[in-house]
Amino acid sequence: MRLSYPSNVKIIQVPCTGRVDILHLLKAIEDGADGVYVAGCLEGECHFIDGNLKAKRKVLYVKKTLEEIGLEPERVEMFNLSAGEGPRFAEIAREMVQRIKELGPSPVNMKKAA
Amino acid sequence: MIVADRKSLNEILDMIKDLKNILIIGCKGCVTVCNVGGSKEVGILASILKIARKKEGHPLEVDEKILERQCDPEYIEQIKDQVEDYEAVISMACGVGPQFLSERYPGCRFFPALNTTFFGGAVQHGIWEERCAGCGTCVIHYFEGMCPIARCSKSLLNGPCGGSAGGKCEISKDVDCIWDMIVRKKMEQGRLDDLLEFMPAKDWTTSRDGGPRKSVREELVQ
Amino acid sequence: MSDLKSGSNLEKVLNAGHFAFTGECGPPQGANVERLKEKIHHLKGCVDAVNITDNQTAVVRMSSWAASLVVLQEGLEPNFQMVCRDRNRLAIQSDILGIYAHGIRNILCLSGDHQRFGNHPGAKNVFDIDSMQLIHAVKTMRDEGTFLNGQDIDVPPELFIGAASNPFAEPFEFRVHRLAKKIAAGADFIQTQCIYNMDRFREFMKKVVDMGLHEKCYILAGVTPMKSVGMARYMAKQVPGMDVPDSIIKRLQGAGKGKVAGAGIKFAIEQIEEFKEMEGIAGVHLMAIEWEHRVPEIAELAGMLPRPKV
Repeated sequence: MRLSYPSNVKIIQVPCTGRVDILHLLKAIEDGADGVYVAGCLEGECHFIDGNLKAKRKVLYVKKTLEEIGLEPERVEMFNLSAGEGPRFAEIAREMVQRIKELGPSPVNMKKAA
Repeated sequence: MIVADRKSLNEILDMIKDLKNILIIGCKGCVTVCNVGGSKEVGILASILKIARKKEGHPLEVDEKILERQCDPEYIEQIKDQVEDYEAVISMACGVGPQFLSERYPGCRFFPALNTTFFGGAVQHGIWEERCAGCGTCVIHYFEGMCPIARCSKSLLNGPCGGSAGGKCEISKDVDCIWDMIVRKKMEQGRLDDLLEFMPAKDWTTSRDGGPRKSVREELVQ
Repeated sequence: MSDLKSGSNLEKVLNAGHFAFTGECGPPQGANVERLKEKIHHLKGCVDAVNITDNQTAVVRMSSWAASLVVLQEGLEPNFQMVCRDRNRLAIQSDILGIYAHGIRNILCLSGDHQRFGNHPGAKNVFDIDSMQLIHAVKTMRDEGTFLNGQDIDVPPELFIGAASNPFAEPFEFRVHRLAKKIAAGADFIQTQCIYNMDRFREFMKKVVDMGLHEKCYILAGVTPMKSVGMARYMAKQVPGMDVPDSIIKRLQGAGKGKVAGAGIKFAIEQIEEFKEMEGIAGVHLMAIEWEHRVPEIAELAGMLPRPKV
């Protein structure tokens, strides 16, 4: 659709968000990502039945874990949209980037910079 | 299988707070089956600990290893050349693992990442329940295949008590009253008379109450 | 039911065919003997024996044996309660000898509320033996003169053995069988859980009488007067094994402000009147916990006074 979304969002494509593992999300944070989000199909419309529901539970697990160790759980998020919703995709990207800008750089990075 | 839960992250971080270089060892036995100490969980814990320590500006080096089991000497032997390289080792096996490791490698420090809880099985994907208390004298055949020692909060042998309501134990609505289940099954099977027989006091010597236990197969001991 | 097993007042009253009337008292959460004596004094002359609870609801209180001794000293007869939650069979047999040595003659054998309910939920669970095995143990000690391991006892305890029965717990169909089992194990008398659902209780007693259990054992019906609508609701919802019909709650609500306690007592009196005539019932056990000062009034209104001298 050639809609623009912020350039600081790096996209990793998966056949279904059910394929996303807890470790993928954690590694992203570990390696310095200031935020990571999962964009999956609308609930009830997953092409693989419930991959997006599994992803949702994993995202919740990671949020809880981050909170336990003192990182903002908002840095990780799950979003749902349909494959045809180009504008929504761009909107989510902007929303998440805005959220992360407000949170500031990941504390994992801050010490590196110090 | 043996079921366990991972200790809180803060507790684990506290164990290794002064250390810079550790190894996490998982186990392919029971803890893999209950998704708490297998390769996946080792990877997850390693990543979490690294994130937490990076955040503190006090980075941690973590290596990962998985053993077939941590309760057999031949598998524990496999890490003999690596184990000295680390300041400490976190074991993600049940309570047996870190103890066997400690005995075999007395010069190294082993920490348990898990709180081992009970003998049980999966009732649903992701949910495990206690079924056996390891009393050493199995009597489930008297109770239609159900164990009141493990599954009755009061371990009654002549239950149910007066607190059983709606099929649930008095301690919580999340706990089934096993005696309710036993009585109903006996009624269904026409064996209610079995329950009129007095079950005498249990001999607890074969359970943990009798002291730490040993199991010997004489035909196998060299 | 003729030869006396213990010679306790309660036993003698029941044996003589009188309608028994027992009360209950919870020991203090401390060594406050004065407070205990105060509560006991209200019951003096009104009851044949007074139950002394044993860390009831798993809340630590003065030992039931110790409080029972105070009761004896004050001139009343205690009904010493013992639970299986806190003691193993060594302590149990030991305490049984101890209480007997001090003149206590009635013992009520209970499982005990799980410690998760109480004020020390982290405590280790004992339950070495259950209430059925406890009844059997006391009977063995008394009638065979031996400990659980078969060894002879140097002067066996001659106690009047009691047990509890909850006609309202589930599965309902099994409760009368469990009662039969307790009687077979050695229970001389039974005190039921407090009753509110009279229809269900009548149904239960019919079965009891059909099985002839009332001829083998004295059955006392449990009564607890409702003090307030809040209490009724709490018992209906929060206490496992308790059956409080809506009709009772409605009756209390209809009594009007300030008159609820009176209505509660009125219902209790009605119950006692019915129990006096009910086949199979040998007495009433009144549990007016922390309401001991109302017991004399209730006893009077229910025609329980004076208590028989045996």
